[in-house]
Amino acid sequence: MADALSASAAPATDIGERWRAIARTACPFVVVGGAWEIVAHLGLFPPRLFPTLEDVAATFVHLTVTGILPHHVLDTLIRLTVGFALAGVAGVALGIAMGRSRLVEDLALPLVSIGAPIPGIAYAPLFLLWFGLGSVSAVLLVAFVSAFPIVFNTWTGVKAVKEIWVRSAQAMGADQRRLFAKVILPGALPYILTGLRLGLAQAWRILVGVEMLAAVPWGLGWLIFGAREFLATDVMLAGIVVIAILGLALEKLVFARLERFTVVRWGMMT
Amino acid sequence: MTTERRQRIVRGALSLVAVAALYEAVARSGAFPAVLLPTLPVVARTLVASCADGTMPMHAFYTLERVLIGGALAVAVGLPLGILMGRYRAVEGFFLPLASALMPIPSLAWVPVFILWFGLGNTVAILIVFYAALFPMLLNTWSGVRSVNPLWLRAAGAMGADETALFWKVMIPASSPFIITGLRQAFLRAWIAVVGAEMLAASDWGLGWVIFDAKEFLNADVMLASLAVIGAIGFAFERLAFGSLERATVLRWGMVRSAKG
Repeated sequence: MADALSASAAPATDIGERWRAIARTACPFVVVGGAWEIVAHLGLFPPRLFPTLEDVAATFVHLTVTGILPHHVLDTLIRLTVGFALAGVAGVALGIAMGRSRLVEDLALPLVSIGAPIPGIAYAPLFLLWFGLGSVSAVLLVAFVSAFPIVFNTWTGVKAVKEIWVRSAQAMGADQRRLFAKVILPGALPYILTGLRLGLAQAWRILVGVEMLAAVPWGLGWLIFGAREFLATDVMLAGIVVIAILGLALEKLVFARLERFTVVRWGMMT
Repeated sequence: MTTERRQRIVRGALSLVAVAALYEAVARSGAFPAVLLPTLPVVARTLVASCADGTMPMHAFYTLERVLIGGALAVAVGLPLGILMGRYRAVEGFFLPLASALMPIPSLAWVPVFILWFGLGNTVAILIVFYAALFPMLLNTWSGVRSVNPLWLRAAGAMGADETALFWKVMIPASSPFIITGLRQAFLRAWIAVVGAEMLAASDWGLGWVIFDAKEFLNADVMLASLAVIGAIGFAFERLAFGSLERATVLRWGMVRSAKG
């Protein structure tokens, strides 16, 4: 999935080749956008429900200039960051403890396995009931839900560290702390990063849903859900475009970079 | 059974009992209102009662119906399209950018738009499930077809296999581990999406709707009972349906090794 975009943008040898690659990528969007425009302009559907792309773009610009959209984005990102940070710290800690200690593993694994198959959004009403409407519930739910993949992957990663690396480090006189910092943590890091990545994707999906349910005053989920009341399809589509861009940016910029600086550089993954 | 294995099971059971007891103690202490934190016997009684009077099975039936219809649509579109994308550059060049652009949009973000377009009800839930399940299906099939070892294709070709035989005897079996992974991921996504869609696009029946509706009446026992049902169904599908599908196909063909190695 990671090479989904790069596969279409083949290595550009010269300028002409690069332009052709861009044109090839743009072509499907032009076709779909053109079809949308034709249907919208034909007036088959009420324009409030099926706005033209110009309308969506105008709404997008209007919402951005007036500062409404940036405010929604900011609040969503803050919730995402806080929730994901909580999940990351708790999840990695629990995963490492489970991987290192048999006792913790035996105690925690049944609990984690029971909680994991329940879709995160199903917990939303329960969290709303317990912690009230608003940001606290949203953040806690995001943290709770995205912790599961992080715990599982960290645990697997720590278990997957080769026994021989541990033993050779011990034979060379590494104490527990150095063993942990220099062998186990780097050894498990590819898995931990995968877990964080899955966790972030999970967090993003849940956050948009829970913002619709939790009646938060600001947030992209609320922006698109609230627009329903006013039949403002243009606002919804503008919001969805922003959600798509943010989702793509989180994946491409944050994690691809983090991976390049750690495991790829250490030659653990290519 | 080795002593080590027995110890694991005992510890696992102990931790479940301990957590349940802790919950029960907090619930009974009266520190929180009983409606918000019902005791476990109350939850169990609610679960049994709603199963006995047929409402819970009915909710589960509606939810499953939506998942299966939406999932079947996703397979019907994702599988052929994924195969075509893997086989033909032109198809890949057209659909891959679209899929990459649509994939990062959480399926629930479409709920408000679909509600406006199709009204509250079944259609929205089914379409959301379709959207959620489509991309895992599509992209896994696509990678599966691309990952077929070209040597196998050439060997079969040299032995005189025509296009049809090549397709059914080499390509499909060779990409089946990816396709099954795709089905699995698609079901997980669909299961999340259906619960969310049912909450947002209220429709009287469905497990997601029950949970959300119970919030209005502070029925935490109903919520917890429905959560248990949702978890049980999801778990059953994952383990039983896909586990046995995997055993009957790719494990039997020796394409992937069992995880217990």
